[in-house]
Amino acid sequence: MVDSKHKWKAWLYLLPALVLLAVFTVYPIVNTIRLAFLEDYNMMLAARGKVFEFGFKNFEMVVQYQGFLTCLKNTILLCVLTVPISTILALLIAVALNSIKPLRRVLQTIYFLPYVTNSIAIGMVFAAMFNVVGNIASDPPLIETAGIINNFLGLFGVEPINWINGGSSYWANMTVMIIYIVWNALPFKILILLGGLQSVNKQYYDAAKVDGTSRGRVLRKITVPLLSPMIAYVVITGFIGGFKEYSSIVGVFGEAMGPPGSVGMGQMNTMVGYIYDSLGGQHQGRASAAALILFAIILAVTLINLQVSKKRVHY
Amino acid sequence: MALKKNREVIMHERDIEKTSKLQIVNTVFGTFFRYLFLFIVAFVVLFPFYWMIISSLKSLPEYKLSVPTFWPKTVMWSNYAEAFTAANLGILFKNTMIVGVVSTILSLVITILTAFVFARLEFRGKNILFAGLLATMMIPGELFTITNYETVFNLGWMNTYAVLIVPFLVSVFYVYLLRQNFMQIPNELYLAAKVDGTSDLKYLWKVMIPLALPTIISITILKMMGAWNSYMWPRLVANDEAHRLITNGLRNAFTNASGETNFPVQMAAVALVSIPLFLVFIFFRKYIMKGVSRSGIKG
Repeated sequence: MVDSKHKWKAWLYLLPALVLLAVFTVYPIVNTIRLAFLEDYNMMLAARGKVFEFGFKNFEMVVQYQGFLTCLKNTILLCVLTVPISTILALLIAVALNSIKPLRRVLQTIYFLPYVTNSIAIGMVFAAMFNVVGNIASDPPLIETAGIINNFLGLFGVEPINWINGGSSYWANMTVMIIYIVWNALPFKILILLGGLQSVNKQYYDAAKVDGTSRGRVLRKITVPLLSPMIAYVVITGFIGGFKEYSSIVGVFGEAMGPPGSVGMGQMNTMVGYIYDSLGGQHQGRASAAALILFAIILAVTLINLQVSKKRVHY
Repeated sequence: MALKKNREVIMHERDIEKTSKLQIVNTVFGTFFRYLFLFIVAFVVLFPFYWMIISSLKSLPEYKLSVPTFWPKTVMWSNYAEAFTAANLGILFKNTMIVGVVSTILSLVITILTAFVFARLEFRGKNILFAGLLATMMIPGELFTITNYETVFNLGWMNTYAVLIVPFLVSVFYVYLLRQNFMQIPNELYLAAKVDGTSDLKYLWKVMIPLALPTIISITILKMMGAWNSYMWPRLVANDEAHRLITNGLRNAFTNASGETNFPVQMAAVALVSIPLFLVFIFFRKYIMKGVSRSGIKG
């Protein structure tokens, strides 16, 4: 199209990007797959010239390891619980926001705030809100302050709950994480869904008004179908993000990935947490195997989602 | 016959009147509940920020009162000074700024050049190459991290600024975003520039960059925020005093302390890390929201 004698220039402009991508993106894809099949691969030993055998041992070790199964369970639970909750909430908020005029801009800005935060920093704020100062696990519990959430629940006569302190239960921890993750996930979903709503043709709603259709029916029969591409998008990205959940848990629980005082790996650890533990612990073979499993799961969930949305999404 | 018809009309009118009254009542109630719902959500969204600020200004004994106070009795600005020294925030801020600014500038240069090539220049295999790049976006980052960890170790880059900057300079997604924007600029402009003998780079600088400025600003902000919020990679490869980044320092400065944590000071440190993000958001709201709505990635 444009003077062909300068073709080499295109490659010159591309050179920095291509070199960096080759080293830090393309090579890692090939190499990580290779490492996953080198039994007990350890890069420190590899640097000293040790040769590793080819085989499936890494995968066997990963799936037979109790810790990994806990991580898998936590990750799946967090996904399955937070994605529907945050999607439905975001949809309701977006619909309500779209139906008002005054204060819309202000509220929209407020709802976006959690997005521009540092997930570790705000995780620490959530930890402070749920934290009990004192020793709630002792008998009788010694409580200096029960934390603002327990104070609030106390208004309704609820006894202080051990949310995140030593000896706290799995589901108490889970509840805190669900609340935090949903709080964190809302801004993006509201932004996308509201954007979708604003591009919906107003005539559908006028027609429904003429027919006297009830509001719930309008939501189910008009809004949701018309928004279905955006809903599918936030659900898919929600699942992908959910399977990579990690730093929000570090924010609330610290690198222990669980309440203090527990032995071994924290009870809230996730797949990505497991990968990083293996990586830092010089079990690169195992980390690679776990990363491939994670990739396979994300791919499968995305394909299932796409398949479902093919049937349900109306373009 | 005529009478019957007349009555029907009257009935019909009455019906309309009735339903419209009902509708008004409905709308008033509906509007009320909608605002109530939205205000409750806004409260829940804002509360953690309020609690962070308020807690950061309390003294430790006041923080530990069994009945919480919603406004500090004595405002303890000294918590902020203490947080600054306790968490060593000065050096953490400096490191994060160095990494953020250098990586953003380099990344912009590379992204602009690459996007320009894919949008304007022609060569064999261009489309296949671009599709290949897009395909890598599907793969979770952890998969890259494992090998990159080994690569930077073998390069002897552990605990340097380079290790925090170089591996993430090219983001395929930003290339894609900017290419789409460049494609919207009419090709005639480019051809006209060619006829006039303007060089590619001059054209890029004088025409394309100004026209695509909003996208470039979005990319800049998201990239800076990414440096500010990055946690896992820095923890793995540069967790020494001299190169530690802000997010890492924040979490670790208060977890190591055995015994009693000084919560107000901790919250002051958290606020110090959060406030710059809010300031950026206030000034660049439009660009951030636009960039995010098209990308769907955090940092």
